[in-house]
Amino acid sequence: MADTRTVTVTIRRRPSISDPQGATVARALRDLGHEVTDVRIDKTIELQVPDGDVETIRARVAEMCDRLLANPVMEDYEILVSS
Amino acid sequence: MNTAVVVFPGSNCEHDVVYALETLGGSADLVWHRDTDLSGYDSVVLPGGFAHGDYLRTGAIARFSPVMGEVNRLAAAGAPVLGICNGFQVLCEAGLLPGVLLQNRDLKFICRPIHLRVESTDSILTRAARVGDVLEIPLNSYEGNYTASADEIASIETGGYVPLRYSSSTGTVDTDSNPNGSTNNIAAVSKSNVAGIMPHPERAIEEILGSADGRVLLESFLQSRVAVNV
Repeated sequence: MADTRTVTVTIRRRPSISDPQGATVARALRDLGHEVTDVRIDKTIELQVPDGDVETIRARVAEMCDRLLANPVMEDYEILVSS
Repeated sequence: MNTAVVVFPGSNCEHDVVYALETLGGSADLVWHRDTDLSGYDSVVLPGGFAHGDYLRTGAIARFSPVMGEVNRLAAAGAPVLGICNGFQVLCEAGLLPGVLLQNRDLKFICRPIHLRVESTDSILTRAARVGDVLEIPLNSYEGNYTASADEIASIETGGYVPLRYSSSTGTVDTDSNPNGSTNNIAAVSKSNVAGIMPHPERAIEEILGSADGRVLLESFLQSRVAVNV
């Protein structure tokens, strides 16, 4: 659709925050014989937003992340605005 | 004066909290999360459960529920505000308490009585208790692993904001007595008139339920009410 744009937000736990789910999956992969040193499980959120200036969209989505989507105590985020 | 017990969609401990507070001589009303007027209340409890389904993160959506404006106002006015379990998570997300509650260290939902050692009586949860007391209270959570940045932990510890830690039945605080991986065995955080606790004192107020050790914590809360200008 021409009048909307897809924005993908990836939310990751900060490196200093433990990820027990990732650690469990890493153990399971090793049990299956795979060589894995670390696993981190992230969250991906895909948004459809009204199309417009890319920098404006990026700033709006950053505000969404700061207010609701991510918790700065434990998470970092990355915003990808589709071209 | 009354305690407002907030009901979010997905709360499930609100009736236990009302029952416990009334058993201990307080009076309490259930308040829907869309209510925007808490005038007439001198204290607030955010009860346990799964507010808004815990979607996104525990407490992430609840902190924007319309009632939270009033909860913030009461907190700023000095009224005791207590979050139990999910309510603790909401207070952290709302920025009323520092830190965050992650999944338990062993990725298991924990539902069993645990022990808490009273670390300080300078809190709305413990003012009627004695330092060194060991209380047996049920823990009932998947995201109970208290975590904060190293700087925040340092300021929580030096500020004396930890009224209760997970311990053994004899009061030893160590890794073996830490059920969920919480930093420094922190089971509750209390800053001024706002406190959060992960285990459920409202489920331990009568011997017939296995323990009455939660009484002293909720009595402390009720005693913390002051004449606030609300």
